[in-house]
Amino acid sequence: MHTIAVIDYGMGNLHSVTKALEHVVDQNQQVILTSSPEIVSEADKVVFPGQGAARDCMLAIDEHGLRETVQDAANNKPFLGICMGMQVLVHASEENGGTDCLALYPGEVRYFGDPLLDENNERLKVPHMGWNQVRQTREHPLWHKIADNSRFYFVHSYYLETEAADLEIGHCNYGKSFTCAIAKDNVFAMQCHPEKSADAGLQLLTNFAQWDGEV
Amino acid sequence: MGLAKRIIPCLDVDNGRVVKGVKFVEIRDAGDPVENARRYNLEGADELTFLDITASSDNRDTMVHMVEAVASEVFIPLTVGGGIREVADVRKMLNAGADKVGINTAAIFNPDFVKQAADRFGSQCIVVAVDAKKVSLPDEQNRWEIFTHGGRKGTGIDALEWVCKMDEYGAGEILLTSMDRDGTKQGFDNELTRQVSESVKIPVIASGGVGTLQHMADGVLKGKADAVLAASIFHFGEYRISEVKSYMKSQGIEVRD
Repeated sequence: MHTIAVIDYGMGNLHSVTKALEHVVDQNQQVILTSSPEIVSEADKVVFPGQGAARDCMLAIDEHGLRETVQDAANNKPFLGICMGMQVLVHASEENGGTDCLALYPGEVRYFGDPLLDENNERLKVPHMGWNQVRQTREHPLWHKIADNSRFYFVHSYYLETEAADLEIGHCNYGKSFTCAIAKDNVFAMQCHPEKSADAGLQLLTNFAQWDGEV
Repeated sequence: MGLAKRIIPCLDVDNGRVVKGVKFVEIRDAGDPVENARRYNLEGADELTFLDITASSDNRDTMVHMVEAVASEVFIPLTVGGGIREVADVRKMLNAGADKVGINTAAIFNPDFVKQAADRFGSQCIVVAVDAKKVSLPDEQNRWEIFTHGGRKGTGIDALEWVCKMDEYGAGEILLTSMDRDGTKQGFDNELTRQVSESVKIPVIASGGVGTLQHMADGVLKGKADAVLAASIFHFGEYRISEVKSYMKSQGIEVRD
């Protein structure tokens, strides 16, 4: 049996992620929602979801003894980060007065800004909440059968800023132009929620379930 | 191109069934929640809101099971409101598969609850539901007050001051219902919606009063709402969500195709 572990560190819409994955996997695959470092280590693939605040997220990862497990998975097997699960992969977040993150990649997570303005100088709401278009900046197996500029569901007040141009795989616009998905080797991570993005999202999860981690 | 304005069907739930009343009376049965949710998803709903209109503790387990069932089949954001009174209620609904919870009366009695819930689960999943009613006289400057108990009890709280406070307390979104318009099919109270939307930094969902496609568009164009919510026009098949979207698009509003 091929296993996909969804890391449960007590935060986020874990039911949604798990249910959406269960909806798309084939009969040889099993989705396991777990907080056990051992089970995550043994899994074939890992999904790292997340919601809430950066500081709480990092504290919860450490409380559950999952820091090394997450780092290890990101180095070794097909790995999908979602929302906060993408943000904590970089160096630091501005949230909660500054939070150190897992630092697997260069980058910082910043507040959208108050006020955030559009091109006509109209004020935009924060959080960025709803369906926005994702521009695919490079080809990737996880974009398979998903049209460029498809809409995904977003909900966040902080965005990723990275100088490592090779990390970006998806781009979005909301008052400013920002990186909304990153990919490197066996890791793919996105700000938006594929588990809440109807057909485009389910296709992305299907692609992940079938992905061997090669680009 | 950018963020799409959201179209949200609202499903009022009583003991596991979708119902719709006019101003909270004359409740009519409108069917199975999962069936409704599935249909709306296929038609292109951007999000779904379920309101437990009885919100008694007896009903709580029924509601949790319903959310679980919907979340297993429909993969768009789900908001659940009605009877969310403490942090444990929020956790229960989120664990069942809700993405957001709507807090209404409990916020009025204990505003700190909003703060606690937002701190614990993140602002993105806390929707503060506000029932507002115009209390100014015709020759006075417009003023709206917060009401409870389905619009029967006034609180003396000014609606604009209240939404700003909830924004500050960590609400991620405001679900604004005009109690004057709810169930009337005369359109949103766009003046109320616009004033609320311009007062807060978070998204505002307009609710209460939709009867026509133009009403939906006006919620965005005149009310400056980030999302528009309606119940009966969808339940009884008067309009399909796809029709609402085409119409809004023809009015220059960005929607998800």
